[in-house]
Amino acid sequence: MANKKTNIPFSGTAEQETALRAAIGELKGEKGSLIAILQRAQEIYGYLPIEVQTIISDETGIPLEEIYGVATFYAQFSLNPKGQYQISCCLGTACYVKGAGDFFDKISDELGIGSGECTPDGKFSLEACRCIGACGLAPVLTVNEDVYGRLTQDEVNQILAKY
Amino acid sequence: MYRSNVLVCGGTGCTASGSTAVIESFNEAIAAHGLEKEVRVITTGCFGLCANGPIVVVYPEGAFYENVTPEAAKEITEEHLLKGRIVTKLLLQDSTEDGGVSSLNETQFYKKQLRVALRNCGLIDPENINEYIAVDGYQALGKVLTEYTPERVVQEILDSGLRGRGGAGFPTGVKWKFAAASEGDQKYVCCNADEGDPGAFMDRSVLEGDPHAIIEAMAIAGYAIGANQGYIYVRAEYPIAVKRLGIAIDQAHEMGLLGKDIFGTGFDFDLEIRLGAGAFVCGEETALMTSIEGKRGEPRPRPPFPAHQGVFQKPTILNNVETLANIPRIIMLGAEWFASMGTEKSKGTKVFALGGKINNTGLVEIPMGTTLREIVEEIGGGVPNGKKFKAAQTGGPSGGCIPAEKIDVPIDYDNLLAIGSMMGSGGLIVMDEDNCMVDIAKFFLEFTVDESCGKCSPCRIGTRRMLEILERITSGKAVMEDLDKLETLCYHIKMNSLCGLGQTAPNPVLSTIRYFKDEYIAHIRDRKCPAGVCKDLLSYSIIEDKCIGCGMCKRVCPADAITGEKKEAHVIDTDKCVKCGACVDACKFEAVVRA
Repeated sequence: MANKKTNIPFSGTAEQETALRAAIGELKGEKGSLIAILQRAQEIYGYLPIEVQTIISDETGIPLEEIYGVATFYAQFSLNPKGQYQISCCLGTACYVKGAGDFFDKISDELGIGSGECTPDGKFSLEACRCIGACGLAPVLTVNEDVYGRLTQDEVNQILAKY
Repeated sequence: MYRSNVLVCGGTGCTASGSTAVIESFNEAIAAHGLEKEVRVITTGCFGLCANGPIVVVYPEGAFYENVTPEAAKEITEEHLLKGRIVTKLLLQDSTEDGGVSSLNETQFYKKQLRVALRNCGLIDPENINEYIAVDGYQALGKVLTEYTPERVVQEILDSGLRGRGGAGFPTGVKWKFAAASEGDQKYVCCNADEGDPGAFMDRSVLEGDPHAIIEAMAIAGYAIGANQGYIYVRAEYPIAVKRLGIAIDQAHEMGLLGKDIFGTGFDFDLEIRLGAGAFVCGEETALMTSIEGKRGEPRPRPPFPAHQGVFQKPTILNNVETLANIPRIIMLGAEWFASMGTEKSKGTKVFALGGKINNTGLVEIPMGTTLREIVEEIGGGVPNGKKFKAAQTGGPSGGCIPAEKIDVPIDYDNLLAIGSMMGSGGLIVMDEDNCMVDIAKFFLEFTVDESCGKCSPCRIGTRRMLEILERITSGKAVMEDLDKLETLCYHIKMNSLCGLGQTAPNPVLSTIRYFKDEYIAHIRDRKCPAGVCKDLLSYSIIEDKCIGCGMCKRVCPADAITGEKKEAHVIDTDKCVKCGACVDACKFEAVVRA
């Protein structure tokens, strides 16, 4: 999925950096742990800006371009900060045949952002995801940990209004 | 001893429907009535009937409650658990008889099912190893370590006829045999739990409901091929599955069922979880192995095959979750038992994730050879809203659509291939007359274009060109020649792509062209979408006689395309219309039509 480069300035704290360096120290001995390190880094910072990738490169000795290559390959990693509320609209097959594409468009219009983007106020970010495995409840969307299933068109605004 | 056990589904489907609140409500109500010593609440894995979740089953009666709310949990506690009166109005519709509970095996949803891979899902507490052991768990591992030679284990799996449940259906025993014969100081067993087919969730359900079965099976595989290390590659998008797997691995360690000198036989085996980071191509075996190594998950050419050079260039076997779930049963009950189920070349059962336009969405496990009609009409309860069954899609982005005229074909690996689809991981999406087959083909192509890793050009460039042609078709800009071009392109991509992703990417297009060519032609020649899905080919109009001039459509129209005086027929300006369909939904008199 598209990983647009962010223009929001990096605002990592010293605590975050300490946590990241500790996590790297713990994991770097294991074979093939780069993905696990990136996953921990994303947990700490919420995303993987170039500054964070540079720290990882310094600590592990893995070239920065290789790290960037992995970070941009997998859908889980984001080079963009996520919003306070992360909306994931499932566009898996089961949801799609039940009209999830229209929901996605509606939310996208409503918030004025596309997939992988964040609203300027940092409140919402939106992504189209591929199946969260709740096909029995299609169409489904999640906002952070909350799952909304068996959606109807009218519910979109109600859900957004809750946050 | 508890006199009643309350089993609440804690799978992803039911959790999303609110089962966590139901569990809390049960615990509160049970405590309020002082029943803690008599009644126990257990969180289990998936029962399969996700559409009617949250599901609660109370034993010993076997009362199957559906759509349970926190309030209903209170009622069940007060009536059933306290007073022994089953709350029949909350039972699964056809599981009740004369005010009592009838056998679940007689219900429409379960009658034709045969649960082997899912045997413990919904039956045991997946976070408690003792419950797995109580249903004969880890006995198969004990049996092979103390009674079987590694060769005998491989032979048993070969004889059973078990084939890979993750896609192509390669015989599992053959894979094991190659890896066992391969020389190497270090070998690996990997479990593919990177369930990438959007619309399939059986692997997730097995991991959530019966994680120890996978651990046991991997240890058996390790013994068979001579590996002492395993990796489970699981999607990070499955948090519940990851958590339960972690708990299960820790418990197995504590009990000495993983680690050094298992059962005092000198056999060592250990497991590590690797979290996939979301890439469909990582379901392909060589890509998955590259990803375990912490790199970009790109496939590589074969040979060398993973049985010779897999993870970290060591001999490796990779089996799918559902495949592994069958292993302990085959060891315990024998190859002959397993081979007695299914068809000539496809043995055993298969789990399908039933979704889309069907009443009973959820997980079903059926013997190979069951017909699509039995799955859709009987187990699935048919298509909702009186609509007509149009096609079923199996195999996800690698598979194809099975049209209504093939509904009586017995489902197995070879029959599905013969009719232009494939088993795949077992997603089964039902479509009705409102689904446009060209649009579905386009949907899958968008997916493959997105997920193509870019390493080989037939897939990277070819799928994009295919998508462009499909976009022309659905927007009414195609010519008839495009259809021939599309087909030629399909064959080129199939022949020349490096890995399974590219080789199967054209399948959704080829199968829809094969069975629904008239729909393609309608889009191209008549510029019409018969199912009324492709927006660019639709036009909206108002039937004068039916319109009462209420103005509802005018109010909801985002483009101000509708004009008309109050109490007079309104008109849509097709130039301004953005074809959003809001007017159709708003009109209470069915006066707005889409054509």
